[in-house]
Amino acid sequence: MTATPTCVERYRADPAGTVAWWEAEQANQILNCVAGEASTWLAFTEAEREALATHDHVALFEMGAHPFLTLTLWIAMFERDHSEPLAMQLDYAAKLKHFALPYPDINT
Amino acid sequence: MAKLVAILATTHHPFFYKTSQLPPDEAPPFAAEWVRKVEAYRATLTAARPDVLVMVGSDHFHQLWLDNMPQFLVGKAPYYDGNYYNEEREFGLPRLVLKGHEELSGYILREALDREFDLAFSNELRVDHSITCPIITVRPQNDLPIVPIYTNIFAPPLPRPERFVKLGRTLRELVDAWPSDLRVAVVGTGHLSLELGGPRQFGPHGPDPEFDAKAVEWIANGDIDGCLSEVTLDSLHAPGNATHGFMDFMLMMGLAGYHKADYADNLDLFHTMEAYFTWYPNEGWAE
Repeated sequence: MTATPTCVERYRADPAGTVAWWEAEQANQILNCVAGEASTWLAFTEAEREALATHDHVALFEMGAHPFLTLTLWIAMFERDHSEPLAMQLDYAAKLKHFALPYPDINT
Repeated sequence: MAKLVAILATTHHPFFYKTSQLPPDEAPPFAAEWVRKVEAYRATLTAARPDVLVMVGSDHFHQLWLDNMPQFLVGKAPYYDGNYYNEEREFGLPRLVLKGHEELSGYILREALDREFDLAFSNELRVDHSITCPIITVRPQNDLPIVPIYTNIFAPPLPRPERFVKLGRTLRELVDAWPSDLRVAVVGTGHLSLELGGPRQFGPHGPDPEFDAKAVEWIANGDIDGCLSEVTLDSLHAPGNATHGFMDFMLMMGLAGYHKADYADNLDLFHTMEAYFTWYPNEGWAE
């Protein structure tokens, strides 16, 4: 797997292409196993693929993506586009404001 | 036997380091008070003159992933690299190397296994800001060997709060019985109410000031039973979606037992409440 910053930039610039590459080349890799021992069955659902390919963090939240992971990735990709401190994070939260407790289940 | 000289339970705010490095004319208005409080808190560890630090924290999906997720894990290595790329980028944290205390790690692993805690272990652990933040705040010279203990407060299913308290009690028994002349301090970090990646994140205060006020009272008073009577895995969703990190405070309460903290302080910051507690177990309890 390539270094994280490279993947972040690739996903920011070309979300659909990166998701397709990820699903084809990376998703089945098992950490700490060589490439020849990859899994054979992991795939996104169509809804997951669409949400990831369109940078739709609201849909990902609704589907139970881990909120910390999504936020951390979004900060890496989009904080630079905002001039005020925390502006990106507050906008991110505002787009989720229609969610009340209990939030979508994040169990895997 | 070893001497448990201090128990520190605190929050780990990743932005402290960056904030503390800013020149006064660039620092936010809360910076000076924050630095003062952290320096006062640091003195509570310095005064205990520890030789080794047991550090309780939680990996933030940096090294531990869903293919192989331990509930509780002890590092046993001669060194630990610290911090990851995203922590450099997002928080401005420095990379650092911490020394390990393999003998104490091995002792805790062996003895806990024999006391019904099947702890995972790692001989190559890169610790993240849950461990490095308290080094930066309470031991910035980074001169003491550590034993890192990771808890899963992140990837459900999680152990229940009672289990965190019980692990704290077990660690207390183990440190008290460690055949060594060394002075041990246990430093654990978690959160009060916290929301990350949800609609309530990054407000002017923590997402649930009422929970924070209660939590501070439970910890300061050593009120383990009061805390356990209200806190469950389900209840922790209400104060904020990352509030399960409070269970690391509960582990530390288990270590300290039913005793008031000798030192308690807190600071209301944007998006979270900072909290600082210290107990001196063998110096006479503050009651």
